[in-house]
Amino acid sequence: MGLLYGLIAVGLALIFGLMDVVNFAHGEFLMIAMYASFFLFAFFAIDPLLSAPLVAAALFVFGAVVYLLVVRFAMRAKANAGMVQIFSTFGLAIVMRGLAQFFFTPDYRSIPQSWLGGKTISVAGIFLPEPQLIGALVSIAAFACLYFFIHRTDFGRALEATREDPGAVALVGIDKNRVFALGWGLGAALVGLAGAIMAVFFYIYPDVGASFALIAYVTVALGGFGSVFGAFAGGIIVGLVEAVTALVLPPSLKSVGIYAVYLLVVFIRPRGLFGSM
Amino acid sequence: MDKTFAARRRRDLIIAAVLAALAALAPLLIKDVYVQNILILTLMYAALSQSWNILSGYCGQISLGHALYFGIGAYTTELLFTKFGVLPWFGMLAGGVIAAVIAMGLGYPFFRLRGHYFVIATIVIAEIGLLLFQNWEWAGAAMGITIPVRGDSWLKFQFMRSKLPYFYFALALCSLAWFVTWWLEDSKWGFWWRAVKDNPEAAESLGVVVFNSKMGAAAVSAFLVAVGGAFYAQFLAYIDPESVMGFQFSLLMALPAVLGGIGTLWGPVLGAAILIPMTELTRSYIGGSGRGVDLIVYGALIVLISLALPQGLVSLFSRTKAKGATR
Repeated sequence: MGLLYGLIAVGLALIFGLMDVVNFAHGEFLMIAMYASFFLFAFFAIDPLLSAPLVAAALFVFGAVVYLLVVRFAMRAKANAGMVQIFSTFGLAIVMRGLAQFFFTPDYRSIPQSWLGGKTISVAGIFLPEPQLIGALVSIAAFACLYFFIHRTDFGRALEATREDPGAVALVGIDKNRVFALGWGLGAALVGLAGAIMAVFFYIYPDVGASFALIAYVTVALGGFGSVFGAFAGGIIVGLVEAVTALVLPPSLKSVGIYAVYLLVVFIRPRGLFGSM
Repeated sequence: MDKTFAARRRRDLIIAAVLAALAALAPLLIKDVYVQNILILTLMYAALSQSWNILSGYCGQISLGHALYFGIGAYTTELLFTKFGVLPWFGMLAGGVIAAVIAMGLGYPFFRLRGHYFVIATIVIAEIGLLLFQNWEWAGAAMGITIPVRGDSWLKFQFMRSKLPYFYFALALCSLAWFVTWWLEDSKWGFWWRAVKDNPEAAESLGVVVFNSKMGAAAVSAFLVAVGGAFYAQFLAYIDPESVMGFQFSLLMALPAVLGGIGTLWGPVLGAAILIPMTELTRSYIGGSGRGVDLIVYGALIVLISLALPQGLVSLFSRTKAKGATR
């Protein structure tokens, strides 16, 4: 679970690190991905595990479009830039939730029979639910790919360079808007991947994003804004803390542990564990 | 410059007095209970947003956790009333004081945080409050508290037959929040806050005690919001954690100020006057289908307004005025 939190948070951290924008519609991106996975299963009987790359690709396009249609303009605001970004992405989140209610109805849905659903695997005497295990493996793989991508490819370098100095990259012929759009696409694709896997073992409904979004923000902030690695590490910590709190406190209070750890960390280190700002 | 500032402040005060007087007469014309209800909510959110604006707009410490103070105001009042029979008026004050004390207690560690770290910390602390109240058996847990009906009276601040007394209280609270803002704007504190918002390091070097300024803003802001919460609890006659401490309240306090113009005197009132009726009307006219059309319209408007008018609706007025001045 922690690794999946990490995957969601990495998408958010990537976008933030790139251009200092917190995407308050991130949870809704997750929700869209879960629905995409659900409908691919319901109509075409494609197992979520197979459709995950498709969903990620779709979310990539979606993220890029959102950047070009909304965020690009929010970036131009000269006054109150922070508030404009918060509220334009937040407004977007409300619209997406409304659209989901309109087209998909508020019913709870789930994917009843997937290849992995409900199965468990026994490792050294410990029973692990298979979907979560696969989710963890996919997360690690995705993170490894991302790491490679950022540090070893031309586009990754362009991403880093644009983050360092958007003005200067224009001089060497890199289109800032294109890089940002791709960055948004990539961030959305990561959350898309997470959504596709989570569709197997969570109910899917229009507000599902909200419950994960806050945890994603906490995760990113815990790791430190601007650090993609921090977000992934933050995800693992959050997952562990959640599991431990669930043992000690009643289940309804399990998020309290996550929040308390966040507060504790930022009081001691106001820029998060690996933050650099 | 000084003279025009003073003149502007005098003019603001006169406009506010005229508006309040007109609003006080409104119930003579508006008999429809549904419309009265919208007016009460509009005034309440204007007051809340005005209070939020003190900390987040003037002092620049964006809080998305003010629902905590709202809930504390509501719960203090109702717990004191139902468990100990303390009149809501005292509960209201007690709630305000408790909220202010908590705001300062939280401010102690919180105000070291900057930017997004601060915003997320405020969201998180309100969520913790919500979860604790949902699990607190003595305070009704997730079931909440139903406020017993003891008949209409100003003493118990409870009215079943008519909504008018609530209307006048909301108007008074809104006027109070506006007046406090107006008064603080020209005080030492007001100037400190704006300095802290613009550049805390520079302010500190000029002798502004940044930390104390933030604390002051937090206390005033939390007190007024908690009084609003107490009012809301009496108005609904029923509270549960989600309905007085949910995240949506933090947003509904921030949105009017942001739409109207954050850190401005008139922004919250203007924003609430447009946003709240819009919310209520879209909800009742097109939200009935349960298919989320109201959410689509509402969200789209937020996106459009925040993109088109980053400084809020108030900037429309100042723009025309600036044009007039150059002519």
